[in-house]
Amino acid sequence: MAIGKKRKGGDVKLTSRKLFAFAGALALSSAALVGVGSAGAFAGASGKGPAARHSPKAAKFVGCMVTDTGGIDDRSFNASSWQGMTEAKAADPNITVKYLQSKSTSTYVPNINAFIAQKCGIIVTVGFLMGTATEAAAKAHPTQKFAIVDYTYKPPFKNIDALVFNTVQDGFLGGYLAAGMTKTGKVATYGGMKLPTVTIYMDGFWDGVRYYNNVHHTKVKVLGWTERTQTGEFTGTFTNQTKGETVTKTFISEGADIIFPVAGNVGLGSAKAVQNADNAGGHVNMFWVDTDGCISAAQYCKYFITSVTKGIQSAVKNAVLSAAHGTYKGGNYIGTLANGGVLLAPFHLWTKRVPASLKAQLKRVELGIIHGKIPTPTKSPV
Amino acid sequence: MSSELADQAEETAKSEDGPPSPATGGDGRPGARGFTEALLDAVTSGNTVTVTVLAFLCAIFLGGLIIAFTNTTVLHAWGNLFSAPGKAFATAWDTAAGAYVAMFEGAIVNPHAVSAAFHGGPVSTVFNPLSETAVNATPIILTGLAVAVAFRAGLFNIGAASQFIGGAMIAGWIGFAVHLPFILHAAVAVAGGLVGGAVVGGAVGFLKARTGAHEVIVTIMSNYVMEYLLLYLLGLTAFRRPGNPNPISPPIATNAVLPHLFGSTLRVNVGFLIALAAAAAVWWVLNRTTIGFELRTVGSNPRAARSAGMSPERTWIVVMLLAGALAGLAGAAVVQGTNFNVAPQIYGTYTVDSITVALLGRASPTGTVLASLLFGALRAGGVTMQASTQVPVDIVTVIEALIVLFVAAPPLMRAVFRLREPRAGGGEQLEARGWGG
Repeated sequence: MAIGKKRKGGDVKLTSRKLFAFAGALALSSAALVGVGSAGAFAGASGKGPAARHSPKAAKFVGCMVTDTGGIDDRSFNASSWQGMTEAKAADPNITVKYLQSKSTSTYVPNINAFIAQKCGIIVTVGFLMGTATEAAAKAHPTQKFAIVDYTYKPPFKNIDALVFNTVQDGFLGGYLAAGMTKTGKVATYGGMKLPTVTIYMDGFWDGVRYYNNVHHTKVKVLGWTERTQTGEFTGTFTNQTKGETVTKTFISEGADIIFPVAGNVGLGSAKAVQNADNAGGHVNMFWVDTDGCISAAQYCKYFITSVTKGIQSAVKNAVLSAAHGTYKGGNYIGTLANGGVLLAPFHLWTKRVPASLKAQLKRVELGIIHGKIPTPTKSPV
Repeated sequence: MSSELADQAEETAKSEDGPPSPATGGDGRPGARGFTEALLDAVTSGNTVTVTVLAFLCAIFLGGLIIAFTNTTVLHAWGNLFSAPGKAFATAWDTAAGAYVAMFEGAIVNPHAVSAAFHGGPVSTVFNPLSETAVNATPIILTGLAVAVAFRAGLFNIGAASQFIGGAMIAGWIGFAVHLPFILHAAVAVAGGLVGGAVVGGAVGFLKARTGAHEVIVTIMSNYVMEYLLLYLLGLTAFRRPGNPNPISPPIATNAVLPHLFGSTLRVNVGFLIALAAAAAVWWVLNRTTIGFELRTVGSNPRAARSAGMSPERTWIVVMLLAGALAGLAGAAVVQGTNFNVAPQIYGTYTVDSITVALLGRASPTGTVLASLLFGALRAGGVTMQASTQVPVDIVTVIEALIVLFVAAPPLMRAVFRLREPRAGGGEQLEARGWGG
């Protein structure tokens, strides 16, 4: 009790003291910053300092991108989008590009606002989580051009280029290829999180295997996903590679010899597990997702039979170029096999190991999907 | 009875003496001084204001070095250090200073906006940086208080995110599913957020009081439970936008939006006032009420509190209800003040942020508010810094981490700046030390 009382007394006196002291601290640090500020301005006046950033060259078109929390090196949709931005820059020297990384869902709005204040030619936002923030900004600034990856609007906006990708189609091709390549009669897939953009791939993969089974009267099994019940294996993360490795080890021990992770960076864990199995004499390989694995995770290229990609890169590039060249229209864009918005990546090191007959069949299936003769149902439509 | 796991955690965390006494009546504290008490002591009396200020300045200095020497232009200039030493230093200085200037312009005031306002530009842009600082600080203040108040009762609340989610879910649901008139709707949703957080927090207090489950483990695990519950709920049709397959809730009704304080161009809203009022309320409860006294006594020494006729169990439940309510308010403030919907990962990094500001603020309401304002300023400035200088916003996290690192190591700061060693003891010494150590 006595201790408690003493503390209490001390605290009450302290609080006001602390307040002043802290105010002093803040004042000091502000002063320090102002000091830095004036020094910076001085350096700027001499012509080589940060003041240069206040004088953009008027003729230039600035393409701006707000990433999701993953940042531009997530080997997934942020990385692809940024790749698209830099390709647009490479295609037209008048374009400069920059990005802002979101630290959390609460920084979407300030990031978009910061770019609006900088008068960007186009603002590209990445991911469905930014759907609301982008919509609000587009309504408040009707002349500002936007593009958003992985989200659409009903009705569409004139100043938002909404880019989505019907990846059930190339997922289907991937499933067909996997069923044609497996030696054990078992293939596996898993997701990072149970999100529509993830399960749409898994639905396609599952359909593709089923279609192969129907055509060839085989019984290839898919581990990790069932389209009918929409249940399967998820790591609950897009970043923790250890979980990908664990899941993949389990699949391998259950007899799967082709693994299709739909989990961004977590897929690297799968690659590690596949590599370990290979070193131990097993014959296990995998597909990469979203981007061409032989480029984005080149160290594991020899294990990637192919990659089931979506053309975020070219879609973003086209959006930026159209805004820069005055052909921007806005509205919704759906990437398909027909328009090249989704596709299987080249086989790279597997070119000779995938049988020519299977390649020919894949071509026929692709045409079948494009012409609507082969249905690609999914419970996560774009 | 304390579980084996909790005992282990105590054992590893505990710094000193005494074999673990058999748990008596739910008081699962082995030895006289547990880890939390030791930490509490260190946090509340181990640092002088001088150390805090110096820690901030050191962090800014090191952050500046990192900004400068991760910049390719600077590195190139330093490659020619011996042929053009002046240029090397000038580029390094310009890069770091430029980043900090931009940060200051985004967090406090932008001189360009001020001069523009004098020439007939919009006045609101002058106050936009401060508004952004307040918006960023709001949830940090509330979650920080949730940790600070638990600290005072000797509990380590690592569950700010779970309590935040509890609040955000309820506030969000009331926001989009219920129809009420203006003001009332917003108020009911905020109250719902408070209750949602209190339930999650209170559950932890209840588990600790009844079963002796260690709050560190329970709060950490509750974060996972609530994160996945959130993801599950967002998968249900009732929590999703009609016609949209993505796990994101419908936007809340305009009636449920917390009103802006200074017009629609500045994002600062009533949530900030709620945060300040909550801080004042916490201060009042801690220092002016019987509950607060019991709470601090239990925090100092649960055994003494018990022999003085207080019930640590009851106090734990009360303080966790209070902490949960505060973090729940943060959830409501974010959903109703800035995000206007419930989405996965809405809980951001508030678990770590809240602990950080509570430590930095020495577990006092005033200190927590000031530390949160500092962090809010760093975050707001980080956006501008990244936008105008393309310095990665991660540098803000680095600076925050450095501040905490230095604050957590008073002997290091004293050694670096040759400050006098403070005499052992409580608050009175703090007064004597004062400025300049």
